[in-house]
Amino acid sequence: MRTIIRVLPVTPAVVLLLLFLAGPIAYCAYIAFTDLQLTGQAEESFIGFENFRTAFGDEAFLNAVWLTLVFTVVSALIGQNTLGLALAALMQRASKPVRTLTGGIVIAAWVLPEVVAGFLLYAFFRREGTLNAILDWLHLPSQNWLFTLPILAVSFANVWRGTAFSMLVYSAALNEIPKEITEAAEVDGAGGWRRMWHITLPMIRRSIGTNLMLITLQTLSVFGLIWVMTRGGPGGKSQTLPLFMYEEAFQKSMIGYGTAVALLLLVVGSLFSAVYLRLLRTEV
Amino acid sequence: MRSRRTTRRLAADAGLLAVAAAFALPLAWVILSSLDRDADLTVKVPDGVTWDNFDAVLTEDITFTPLLNSLLLCGGGTLLTVVCAALAAYPLSRFRSRLNRPFMLSVLFATCLPITAVMVPVYALFVQVNLIDTMQGTIFFFAASQLPFAIWLMKNFMDGVPKELEEAAWTDGASSFQSLLRIVLPLMGPGVAVVTVFSFVMMWGNFFVPFMLLLTPDQMPAAVSINEFFGNRGTVVYGQLAAFSVIYSTPVILLYVVVARRLGGGFALGGAVKG
Repeated sequence: MRTIIRVLPVTPAVVLLLLFLAGPIAYCAYIAFTDLQLTGQAEESFIGFENFRTAFGDEAFLNAVWLTLVFTVVSALIGQNTLGLALAALMQRASKPVRTLTGGIVIAAWVLPEVVAGFLLYAFFRREGTLNAILDWLHLPSQNWLFTLPILAVSFANVWRGTAFSMLVYSAALNEIPKEITEAAEVDGAGGWRRMWHITLPMIRRSIGTNLMLITLQTLSVFGLIWVMTRGGPGGKSQTLPLFMYEEAFQKSMIGYGTAVALLLLVVGSLFSAVYLRLLRTEV
Repeated sequence: MRSRRTTRRLAADAGLLAVAAAFALPLAWVILSSLDRDADLTVKVPDGVTWDNFDAVLTEDITFTPLLNSLLLCGGGTLLTVVCAALAAYPLSRFRSRLNRPFMLSVLFATCLPITAVMVPVYALFVQVNLIDTMQGTIFFFAASQLPFAIWLMKNFMDGVPKELEEAAWTDGASSFQSLLRIVLPLMGPGVAVVTVFSFVMMWGNFFVPFMLLLTPDQMPAAVSINEFFGNRGTVVYGQLAAFSVIYSTPVILLYVVVARRLGGGFALGGAVKG
């Protein structure tokens, strides 16, 4: 009876998770080793590591790996992380109305549906868009951003959309630093940068680790934003791994191959996830 | 000392305002364009405010059906998520067991997995079991993908409700289920609200899941139908696109404001990101 009371309530959640999350992941690990296609094939057959061998010899795949790396480093590790920390640090000193206003705008960008965010940034970066209008006004050279530097444009879009998360994490972390410590350092004559470097950063290093881990994982799985802005183009110049996976699986009907790419993404994600768990080890 | 502090505050204000202005430009575009008869891709103040764009998109085909679909999908998904998460969190929070820790660790691990990567196998699986292009299939997957984080949040909120209150009810003969329903959940009302709103907002904005799992245009939620607007209808009427974006985004912004006010900023992170 006691066991039933304890196990029964968990059952619906476990069933859902097994059927719709663990199931697809297991299935993923299987079809990644087959040549399953969308059309024109009666049955798939087991082909071992062939998909992975193809991938690592496929220039489009290597291009997608490279772009994913650029996208993650530029938009998450550098952009969201640094800007989020800077905003949180400035907010500690700023006046309340400015703090509220800035926080509100940055969070609004985060709460907006992914596709809407994509459109807004598409409009911003287009040749006739706001960015070029501003550059013209400043007499600076304008260009067709989505054509010449699409990966940079989508990276900035991801910074616009994702910075709020880092900002919230770092605001929470900075609020927990006792005022006495920073004040003591100030009395001892440590300037702003030195206090940041020697006191604040070491004290929030755990938050930094957690934040980097989570935004990396979020950025690895961005699809809608890039899809809306560039469809991965032109010529694959902004095609990160999720878009490459989609194209291989559906536009080229190679589900087996697309899934092999998905499996690689999952493995990378799992590694980050495992590191994150270790960081939190003491708290669970 | 005071003057230095004032200078520093002004510098911080200036820095924040500069970032705020940069972040506000795309938002300003969507709002101004939705009210502009000749909207294009640049931010500009309209010559005269017009509601024509809203009138044009407020039709059954363009707005009401997709929004109703979104409501069905996200409402169903959220309901399933919250009910399952509350039930699952209860024994995890109230009873000691050797399985709790591994279970919570697996849940946390699953929270971090890139769901995007699973979509291709989910599609292949759904084709085989005839769940492709069904609302219920999409709802189930939405719920499953949101569940790990929901369980995690829910358990942390539930830990905040003292056990003594429940023990009194047990002595009066209440069952565990009754005490969960009558005592624990009402006491953690704000926590349940957070999980509900967060799940709903995540699903409402999600594009990839319905994009992959639904095929019939009549079933498309706003997240996908807005894409049609843009891609397949020839010349894009930017004013109307902006108006639709505003209509589609308003519910989640409002929901966020309601919950954030009640619980202070950064609410959703309380449980997951204590680093």
